[in-house]
Amino acid sequence: MTAYLSDVVALTRKDLLVELRSRDTVPAMLLFVVGGLVVFHFALVEDVSRLASAGMLWIALLFTALLALVRSFVAEREEAVIDGLLLAPCDRSAIWLAKTLSVVAFLALAELVALPAFALFYEPVTWELVAGVALANIGIAAVGTLLGAMAAAARARELLLPLLFMPLAIPLIVGGVGATLAEDPARYLGFLALYDLIFAILSWASFEYVVTE
Amino acid sequence: MIRARGVGRRFGEKRVLAGVDLDVGAGALLLVTGPNGAGKTTLLRLIAGLIVPTSGELEVAAGRARIGFLAHEPLVYRELTPLENLELYGRLYRVRERRERIGMLLERFGLWDARHEQTSALSRGMLQRLALCRTLLHDPELLLFDEPFTALDAAGSELLLDELAADAARTIVVASHQPERLGDRPTSRLALAPA
Repeated sequence: MTAYLSDVVALTRKDLLVELRSRDTVPAMLLFVVGGLVVFHFALVEDVSRLASAGMLWIALLFTALLALVRSFVAEREEAVIDGLLLAPCDRSAIWLAKTLSVVAFLALAELVALPAFALFYEPVTWELVAGVALANIGIAAVGTLLGAMAAAARARELLLPLLFMPLAIPLIVGGVGATLAEDPARYLGFLALYDLIFAILSWASFEYVVTE
Repeated sequence: MIRARGVGRRFGEKRVLAGVDLDVGAGALLLVTGPNGAGKTTLLRLIAGLIVPTSGELEVAAGRARIGFLAHEPLVYRELTPLENLELYGRLYRVRERRERIGMLLERFGLWDARHEQTSALSRGMLQRLALCRTLLHDPELLLFDEPFTALDAAGSELLLDELAADAARTIVVASHQPERLGDRPTSRLALAPA
């Protein structure tokens, strides 16, 4: 267990360091999410309903997450470094867990900017919204990282990933919007937590089969 | 160490390797030759366990932890420094006395002064030296070299040849277009033809 966690820490540190040096993903996410919220603000008529503004926020967050997911295995793919990681005697699920943690970190950074922007243009940010976003991040990263690894092996990876990811993200949008607006947000937050648990276990267990033959 | 019987590999409809029989004992040095497209890289990837045969049987006595694979690509992150790359692999391979081993390899392959430079700034030859450090880091029993002389200068080639002779107990498979550079070191040879 200690060795497994040590591998996860080493791999996560590597992912964060690669992003810190390349600055390929997070700046693009920040620009995209803020740009999206600004465009929505000017595109729609005044007095946007709470339901519409919550929906726009979740759409912006989902597409921003796609940017992170599409790029999640770029460094491994471009130099075939994934072969080096697969040859190492560590548990291959550690690669998935580390990548998931780094995607969660990138999403959290984007939301640190997106949520204040949402408050500025639309509605105040509530604790239910923050909790919903935090839980959705885990689900997005868990499922998206697995699908990102699958898509990385394909030629049309930039097309394949959204096609695979969008249907699986619908429950996250339902849970997220529900947690933001419903009178009983606990139900939706519980739904998001259950989604995270189920899909995290499935993704963790199936990653090895996805990256090997 | 390696036993293959009728090993073949297809990628979709394309047959890349067919009917390879092989017996490589511990301590042997096998030279694999053949024109482009003969399946040399595929054979090494099969032995490394990165892909599986679509026909035949392949047994490799060494597990992942005991295999060192020098591939076409250096398998290192361009955004990290040589030291950070080797640190990462050293942790994943649970190399004992990791820092000392990394320092020794960087010194031996002439990368000590470049250890803090971003790998993307290294020349192709230095990248190949770094790839050699990565391959040898965990002191593997089975070494798989795919065109190891690529981009190496005379000094780098000498270091590689020294390494091939360094441990008689090591099993080594070299796929190369330049068999003359290995001299009389190979104990067996396999000439592949396009399948």
